[in-house]
Amino acid sequence: MSQERFEPRVVGFLCNWCSYTGADLAGTARLAYPANVRIIRVMCSGRVDPQFVLKAFREGADGVLISGCHPGDCHYQEGNYKALRRHRLLSKVLAQMGIEKERFRLEWVSASEGTKFQRVCEEFTEELRALGPLNLNGKGETSHERA
Amino acid sequence: MSEPKPKVAFYWCSSCGGCEESVVDLGADILKVVAAVDIVFWPVALDFKKKDVEAMADGSIAVTFINGAVRMSEQEEMVHLLRRKSQLIVAHGACAHLGGIPGLGNFWNKETIFRTVYHTTVSTDNPKGTEPLTKVSDAGYDLTLPEFWDTVHPLDHIIDVDYYLPGCAPHRDLIMGAVTAILEGKLPPKGAVLSPNKSCCDDCDRNDTKPEKLTIKETKRPSEILLDPKTGFLAQGVICMGPATRSGCGERCIEGNMPCRGCMGPPDQVTDQGAKFLSALASILDANDEPGIDRIVDSIVDPAGTFYRFSLPSSILKRKKMEAVR
Repeated sequence: MSQERFEPRVVGFLCNWCSYTGADLAGTARLAYPANVRIIRVMCSGRVDPQFVLKAFREGADGVLISGCHPGDCHYQEGNYKALRRHRLLSKVLAQMGIEKERFRLEWVSASEGTKFQRVCEEFTEELRALGPLNLNGKGETSHERA
Repeated sequence: MSEPKPKVAFYWCSSCGGCEESVVDLGADILKVVAAVDIVFWPVALDFKKKDVEAMADGSIAVTFINGAVRMSEQEEMVHLLRRKSQLIVAHGACAHLGGIPGLGNFWNKETIFRTVYHTTVSTDNPKGTEPLTKVSDAGYDLTLPEFWDTVHPLDHIIDVDYYLPGCAPHRDLIMGAVTAILEGKLPPKGAVLSPNKSCCDDCDRNDTKPEKLTIKETKRPSEILLDPKTGFLAQGVICMGPATRSGCGERCIEGNMPCRGCMGPPDQVTDQGAKFLSALASILDANDEPGIDRIVDSIVDPAGTFYRFSLPSSILKRKKMEAVR
């Protein structure tokens, strides 16, 4: 078992207009990227409630990716700027909660950037592999164990 | 012959005593309550013992109000006992409801808390380095203390809770409303928080002063600024938890020219009060580029402790990751 490679679980929230289309392009162009990323399509990166990110970590994600349109390109004008602000503040809070900032990533991927999406998934998966499992449900985490 | 009066009990776990005080704060109304019920257990005020509760028939107490978070084995044992003896359990106050201020202990664990309290604080005088033990034998006697847990819990992590009375401490009107509803049998569905389901801002006079586009360039702590008594706190750059906090508190902090700290917990639609407030606050930060945003974010001292001041144990993450506590 110990010889087996750790496969991180990644939840990716992708905006409908740019990044999801970019991921789709990666697919149609037959660009292989790690199967570790589980994609959830949202209408806008600004729709990603910080509660979604916390829930993903709580339920076993080792990393969370939010991906949206490049600055200035948001279908809803400024949803991606809100995503950026939330990402900066939530990263700080996650660090206080003992979750490394490197586990929570924000990327701009346009509809034409299938290769960038591939690269982001590869990089993020490798970084998480190096970090190891988040192990949020270790001893004493969820129940009132006497440690 | 009059019918027997319903039996009521009060208990406290990890709390400051303010919720006990909130019962006394009913003032003259407490006489109406006392006239309508029999108080059968209330350690802070009346001399009953655990064995008195054990001797009662299961389900014979109409309602027990429990305040305080649960962080020790003795509290766990007592709330299980009271659950068995009571028809209704009301989580009384922010600590029983959400974890409350003691819940900030979830940034630490038993080892680090003991290290601070019994060894490293300036005022500690403990040359032998003694720490409390759960069992000690001395002069032929076996002495025991409850176990102290790593993690603080709201009441509903430990036992089934019927209703929640929010607030630090709950406003007297909310307590009277709950007592009246119980006595008249006009209770909402089980699991309800007994306070209006809207945000604190809905009841706030300062809401009228909200600018067309509310933005924050830098955050300040209340001690760093002379607060205008009419303008909204967020508009003055001071963190006010009102947008993510339930109303019904009577807005006593706001009247005292202090921002909302979030003791009432979130409204029903929100799971995680801290995350929801973070979302709202981040969206009004006045910068679109990373360095500009980081400058404002860095002006927020202890964001996790501020956003989760009362709700850390009931939040989605519940506590700081154990392995990361140093």
